[in-house]
Amino acid sequence: MTRLATDPVASLPQAPSAQRGALGTLLRRPAAIVAIAYLAILVVVSVAAPLIAPADPLGLDLARVLSGPTQNNLLGTDSLGRDVLSRILYGGRRSLISVVEGVVVVLAIGVPLGLAAGYFRGWGDSVISRISDVLLAVPGIILVLVILAVVPRNEDVAMVAFAVLGAPSVFRVVRGATLRVREELYIAAARVSGLSHPRIVMRHVLPRITGPVVVQASLFAAYALLFETGIAYLGLAADPSTPTWGGMVGEASTVIQQQQWLVIPSGVTIAVTILAFGLLGDSLRDALAVDERIASSAARGGKRAPAPVVVENASEPASSREGALLDVRNMSVSVLSEDGVTPVVEGVSFDVMPGETVGLIGESGCGKSVTAYAILRLLPPELVLASGQVFLDGTDIAAASDRDFDRLRGRTLAYVSQEPQPSLDPTFTVGSQLSEVVRNHEGGTRREAKQRALELLELVELPGAQQVARARAHELSGGMAQRVAIAIALAGRPKLLIADEPTTALDVTIQAEILALLRRLKAETGLAMLLITHNWGVVADTCDRTVVMYAGQVVERADVQDLFDRPLHPYTRGLLESEPALAEPGALLTAMPGSVPAPGSWSSGCRFAARCPFAVAECSDGAVPLAPVGTGRQSRCLRVDEIFGAVTA
Amino acid sequence: MLRLLTQRVLLAIPLLFVVCAGTFLLIELLPGDAAQALAGQTSSDEQIQQLRESLGLDQPLLTRLWEWIDGALHGDLGLSQTYGLPVTEIMNSRLSVTLSLVVGTTLVAAVLGVALGIAGALHVGPVGRFVDGLSLAGLAFPSFFLGLLLVSWLAISIPVFPATGYVPFSTSPTEWFRSLVLPVVTLALPGVAVIAKQTRDSILETMTRPFVRTLRASGVTRRSILYKHVLRNASISVLTVVGLVFVGALGGTVIVESVFALPGLGGLAVEATLKNDVPIMQGVVLYFTVIVIIVNLLVDVAYAALDPRIRAS
Repeated sequence: MTRLATDPVASLPQAPSAQRGALGTLLRRPAAIVAIAYLAILVVVSVAAPLIAPADPLGLDLARVLSGPTQNNLLGTDSLGRDVLSRILYGGRRSLISVVEGVVVVLAIGVPLGLAAGYFRGWGDSVISRISDVLLAVPGIILVLVILAVVPRNEDVAMVAFAVLGAPSVFRVVRGATLRVREELYIAAARVSGLSHPRIVMRHVLPRITGPVVVQASLFAAYALLFETGIAYLGLAADPSTPTWGGMVGEASTVIQQQQWLVIPSGVTIAVTILAFGLLGDSLRDALAVDERIASSAARGGKRAPAPVVVENASEPASSREGALLDVRNMSVSVLSEDGVTPVVEGVSFDVMPGETVGLIGESGCGKSVTAYAILRLLPPELVLASGQVFLDGTDIAAASDRDFDRLRGRTLAYVSQEPQPSLDPTFTVGSQLSEVVRNHEGGTRREAKQRALELLELVELPGAQQVARARAHELSGGMAQRVAIAIALAGRPKLLIADEPTTALDVTIQAEILALLRRLKAETGLAMLLITHNWGVVADTCDRTVVMYAGQVVERADVQDLFDRPLHPYTRGLLESEPALAEPGALLTAMPGSVPAPGSWSSGCRFAARCPFAVAECSDGAVPLAPVGTGRQSRCLRVDEIFGAVTA
Repeated sequence: MLRLLTQRVLLAIPLLFVVCAGTFLLIELLPGDAAQALAGQTSSDEQIQQLRESLGLDQPLLTRLWEWIDGALHGDLGLSQTYGLPVTEIMNSRLSVTLSLVVGTTLVAAVLGVALGIAGALHVGPVGRFVDGLSLAGLAFPSFFLGLLLVSWLAISIPVFPATGYVPFSTSPTEWFRSLVLPVVTLALPGVAVIAKQTRDSILETMTRPFVRTLRASGVTRRSILYKHVLRNASISVLTVVGLVFVGALGGTVIVESVFALPGLGGLAVEATLKNDVPIMQGVVLYFTVIVIIVNLLVDVAYAALDPRIRAS
C-alpha cells in the first residue's frame, strides 16, 4: 500500500463548501446587512464613548431635569439632569460585555459537549435531557435571582448562570449537526485514512457546523441582552450609579407620570439591539437553509435539463374509447419550485371502461402515484396539472368547481392508499370516521349512518364489525386498517376505485385476502378500478389491461394476457424478467441495472436508453413517440421491430 | 388515564426533591455568604457570626437540608428575615395575584395565537408575514419596555386602565379585570407569536398526512377536515407550546409584576433578592416548581384526552 505523502486529506472527497455560499447568500439580505452594520457601529461607539459622548454620563445638573430633547441634550435629561445620550453611549459597554460573557460561556459548554456526544454517539443525550428536565421545571430567571440573593449585584455571575441554563439548547443543535456531518462520505474517508479523532473533529466536523453554531450564538445574544437589561431594569445587576440601558428604563419608569419621553431612548436602544441580534440569527439560518437546498439539488440531479419541450402527441394514437369512465388525455404534471418548473409526469394517456380493472405498473418514482393524485385533484401544493385533460364520467375535472368536485369524490371515484394505518385519523374511532363519510354522502341521522357504517364494515368482511367500529387506527392490524380504508372508499358507492399499491404494506397472506376482496367487490358491484402497483402478481390476479410507466411517461399499453405473453418494450420485459413469481424454475433471475432517473434529469431521447440492453446511439437522438404495435397496443421504443420481431402495423 | 396520572405524580416527587436540594446546594456552593449579604458590608464579624447562628447556618448542610424538607412537608418554610413573617404566609397571600396574571396570559396567548395560526395556515401570504413580524416584535420588545409603553399610552395619555396596582377579585371583579389588562397584554405578546407559529406549522404539517387525503378523496370538504380532524391532530404539539408559554409567563412575572406594582410572587422574588432574603427565595423556587409540575401534569392529561395512543400506553 502506498502511503500518501504529506497530507492524506488532500485526496479525500471534499467537504461541500456550504459555509462560503451561505455567507454570500447572507450578504444579499438587506436585513442582515443592516443588522451587522448596526452592531458594528454599536461596538465602535461603545468603545469610543469617552471620546464622543457630549457630556459626563454622571454629571448632575439639577437645574435641567427631565428636559426632553433639546439642542444641548439631544435625547433629553433624566431626573437628575444627566445627559441621556451620553448615558446610552456609556451604558452599551456593560451590556455588550455581558452579552459576550454569556455567548462565550454558552458556546464553551454547549459546543464541545455537543461535538463529543454527536461524534462518539451513544452517550450524553439522556444525561443532558435529564438535566434539562430539572432546569425546565423552574423558570430560569428565578434560579438566577437565587444566585443574586447570595452574591448581590454581581452581573458577571448572573450572566454565567444564564449561559449555563441556555447551554442545553446549544448542545442539542451542535449534537444534531454533528450527527448529520459524521454520516457524510468524507468523514468516513478521513477515518479510514487513519486521521485521529480530535483531528477529524477539529479540521472536518467543526468547520461544517459553524453555520448552525453562529445562528445559535446570534439568537442567544438576543436573549442574553434581553436578560441583562431585565435584571438591570430591576436594579439587581450593577451599582446604581453606573449607567446601564436597563437601569435607565428602570429610572425612567419611576417618573413616567411626569415625563413619558424618558423611557423611549433607552427602551428603543434595547429593542433595536435585540432585534439586530435576532434578525442576524434568523437571516443566517434562512441563508443556510437556502444553501442546503441548492447543495442537495445539485447533488441529486446536477445541472437541470433544459425544460423539455412538451411533445405534441399528434402522431400518438387516440387512446380514448367510447363510453370510458375515466379518460386521461395527454396529462402532464410539474413541480413548481424556486428553480423553475420540472415535469414529473408527461403526456400520459389511458382510459378505464366501466367495470374494468386497469393496472398502472412501474418502479417507484415513475409518476404512478402522482398520476392518481392528479386524477383525484389532490396534488400536493408544489405540484400542478400543467397540461392535458381528465374526463371522469364525461366531466372535465379541471373545469369542475371545487364544490362540484367534492361531490364527485367518494361518489364517482374513490381512493385507497398504500399506507393502511396512516390513512385513518388516529384520534377518531373507525366508526365515527366511517359515519362522517356516510353522512357526508347520504345525509340522514346519526343512527342511520352508524347502521350503514356497520354494513360497510361487514361488506369488507371484517369480523366483529361492532368492535372494529369502536377501535382506533393504532388498535387495528394493517390488513384490518386496509379493509376499513376500503369501506370508507366504498361509502359513497363509487363507480371507480383508485387503489394506490393497496397491498404493498401488508403481509403476503393478507395481500391475497385484500386482492380477493377487491375482486369480489368488482364482480358484485361492477366497480371499475385503477390499480397502481409494481407487483406483477397483483396485475395477473386482478387486471384486465395494463399501462406501463417509466420516468413520467407511458412506455407500453396492452391487455394483460398479451403483455405477459409477449412484452413489447425492453422496460416491460426487464420488469417481467426480474419478477421471481413469474420466473421459470431453474432459470436465472435477472435484475435490471441502474435506477429510475429523477425528474429534472430525464434525457431528451428515450428515457430508458441508459438502462436498456438494446440501446443504440439514435435512441438518445430525440423524443421517442408511443406508437401502435400489434392490435390495440402501443409501445414507446424505436427498435421495437428489431428487438421483438416485426410488430408494427 | 388514572395510571398515567399516578405515574406522573410519582415522577414529580423526586424532581421536586432534586430542585429543592439543588437550590440548597447552589446557595451553599456560591462564593457569597447569605449571612454576610443580609448583614451588609458594615457589620462586624461578630454580628455576622451571630446572624449565622440565628439562621442556623452553622449547622452542617445535610442537617439544614433535612430540617428544611421536614418543615416543608409540614407546611413550614421558615421565617422571612426581612418581613419577620412565616414564608408560607407571605407566599400564600400573593399566590392568587400571580396565578390570575399567568393563567390570564396563557389563555389570551392561546386563544389569539391559535386563531392567528389558523388564519396563517389558510392564507399563507399576508397573515404569515404578520405572524413573523409579531414574533420579531415579541422577541425585541422587552416586557419592561412594552409594559411602560402601554402604561404611557393607555394609562397616562388616555387613562383607560390603571397604571399600576392590583384589585382582588373579591373586592371588585371589574376592577380586578381592569387591573390585569395591561400586565396580561404585556406578558402575552411573545406567547401569541410563538403559539401562532406553532399552530400554523402544525396545521400545515398535518394537512400533508395520508388520512387527510383519504378523507378528501371520500368527498369530505377541506373546511370540515380542517376544523374536525386537522385541528385535533395539530393541537397536540400546540399544547406543548402552550405549556412552555405558561412557564415563560411565570418567569416573566418577575419583571411584569415589578413594572405594574402587582403584589405577586414574581415581585416578591425581586424584593427578596434585593434584600438577600434566602428563605423567601427557597420558598419561591418551591412554589414555582410545584406550579410548573402541576401545569405539566395538566398538559399530559390533555395530551391523553386528545391522543388515544398516549392514553393506551
